[in-house]
Amino acid sequence: MKLPIYMDNHATTPVDPRVFEAMRPYFTTTFGNAASRNHSFGWEAEEAVEKARKQVASIIGATAKEIVITSGATESNNLAIKGVFEMYAEKGNHIITAATEHKAVLDTCKRLEKEGAKVTYLPVQQNGLIDLDQLRESITDKTILITIMYANNEIGVLQPIAEIGKIAKERGVLFHSDATQAVGKVPVDVIKEGIDVASVSAHKMYGPKGVGALYVRRRNPRVQLTAQIDGGGHERGMRSGTLNVPGIVGLGAACEFAQKEMPEESKRLSYLRDKLKDRLLAGLDEVYINGTTEHRLPNNLNISFAYVEGESLLMGINDVAVSSGSACTSATLEPSYVLKALGAGDDLAHSSIRFGLGRFNTEEEVDYVTEKVIDVVKKLRELSPLYEMHKEGIDLTKVQWTAH
Amino acid sequence: MAYSDKVLDHYNHPRNVGSLDKSDPNVGTGMVGAPECGDVMKLQVKVNPETGVIEDAKFKTFGCGSAIASSSLATEWLRGKTVDEALQIKNTDIVNELSLPPVKIHCSVLAEDAIRAAIGDYKKKAESRPQAQVTA
Repeated sequence: MKLPIYMDNHATTPVDPRVFEAMRPYFTTTFGNAASRNHSFGWEAEEAVEKARKQVASIIGATAKEIVITSGATESNNLAIKGVFEMYAEKGNHIITAATEHKAVLDTCKRLEKEGAKVTYLPVQQNGLIDLDQLRESITDKTILITIMYANNEIGVLQPIAEIGKIAKERGVLFHSDATQAVGKVPVDVIKEGIDVASVSAHKMYGPKGVGALYVRRRNPRVQLTAQIDGGGHERGMRSGTLNVPGIVGLGAACEFAQKEMPEESKRLSYLRDKLKDRLLAGLDEVYINGTTEHRLPNNLNISFAYVEGESLLMGINDVAVSSGSACTSATLEPSYVLKALGAGDDLAHSSIRFGLGRFNTEEEVDYVTEKVIDVVKKLRELSPLYEMHKEGIDLTKVQWTAH
Repeated sequence: MAYSDKVLDHYNHPRNVGSLDKSDPNVGTGMVGAPECGDVMKLQVKVNPETGVIEDAKFKTFGCGSAIASSSLATEWLRGKTVDEALQIKNTDIVNELSLPPVKIHCSVLAEDAIRAAIGDYKKKAESRPQAQVTA
C-alpha cells in the first residue's frame, strides 16, 4: 500500500492510464484542427471528436448531435443557465434552483438576478433532497428553467431527477441538471428522466481536466441557447473556440470505460463505502451521516464526528487526502453551505469529513483509513472540552457561548 | 496549508491537556469561543494564593490545529508566571512563536481571551472570599 492515499474523488480523479493512452497521439501526431475541412489532419481530428461525442452521448442516453463540448462543468452550467435566460427572455425571467447546488450554478443565478432574473432557491430537507411539492408550488407562468443537480458534490445525495423532469414537462418548463458528479457513477438517461440540458465533466470520471460537455436536447422540445462565447461558430454556434481534441478524446474514452464498468464498479464502491461507514459507526459514538443513505452515489460518505473540528482531524490523518466542510478548510472561512442547508447546525458542519472513493482505492486502503480516523477522533476527543461536557451530561445547545 | 513545525509539535504532543477542579477556589476557568464558530477553548489556571504564582495550567480545545497549538503553548507560558505577568501575554507573542499565518490569527486572539477569562475568573473568586490574601 502506497501513502498518501487519495480519497477525495469528488474533487477530481486521476486520468485513467487507458484514457491517457487514448489521448496521447492527439497531442503530437494527430494534432489537426477539427475545423480544418480541407486536409487529412483536420479530418482525422474531426473523426476523433465525433467518436468522442458518440461516447459522451451514449453514457447519458443522448445522440451525438446533442453534445456541445465545453471546457468543463462550470462553463457548461454557465452556458446552460445564462443561455436559457437570454434565449427565453420573452417567455419569462424566473429560474428555480436549490440551496445546495454547486457554486457554478448558484453564482450564475446570482449574476442573473442583477440582470433582472427572479430566482427561487429551494431549501432541502434534512436528508438533502428537495421537496417536490415545494417545487410544484414554486413554478409560475414566468418560470423558464428549473436547474437541479443530479448528485451533490459534498453529500452525494441523488435528487429525484425523473420526478423533477416530469414536473418540468407538465408545466412546460426547461429542466437543466448539473450531472457532473453523477455521470459515470450512476446510470443517467436524459430521455427517461426528462432532462433537457445536462452538464458533464471529464475530470470527475478519470478523464482530463479542462474539458466537459453540455447536453442540449434537440427534439421534444428543441432547446436553444444564446452562446456565451462568440467566435468561429463551432459547436452549432453554441460554443465557439478551437476544439481541445486530445481532451475531447479523453472525455470520450473516460465515458466509454465508465459506462462499460459501471455495474461492477458501483457494486465494488458501495461495498467499500458501506464497510467504511459501518466500521466508523461501530468504532465511535456521536457520529452522524450527512444526507440520505438511500439515494446516494455509491462512492460518497459524508460524516460528522461530533465534538471534533474537521481541520484538526485532517491534520491527524495527513497521509489520507479527504475534504472537510469545516470553515478552517474553506477559502471563505465559512462552514459548508451544503451542510448548513441540511439544518443540522453549524457545529456538525465544522466536524464533517467527505470521503470520495474512487476506481483506484483498494480494500486495504479503506481498512487503513478507517483505523486511522478512529484513532485520531479518539485522540482529539480527549482534547475536546465539548466532548467532556457532553460526557458530563451538559446540553451544549443550552450553554451561553461567547461567539466571536 | 502547511503548518509550522511548532504547530505540528504542539498538535502531536499537546502540553498540559486536562481539567482542574472548577470548584477549587484557587482555580480560574476560562471558556471562550462557540461550537458553531468552529473553536472552543477551555483554559484553567491553579494559583497559589500566597504568592499569586500560577502553579498549574490545563487546557482542552475544540478547534483546528493552530487553535490547539495556541492553547497548548499558552499553558506552557502560564506555568510559573504570576497572574499579573500572565495578563501581559499578547496574542501577537503567540503568533510569532508559532509562525501563524494571517488566517489563523484569530486562534491566537482566542487563546489570549482564554487566558484573560481564566485569570478573571480566579480574581473574581479571590475577591469574593471573606479573607482574601491575594498578592495580586
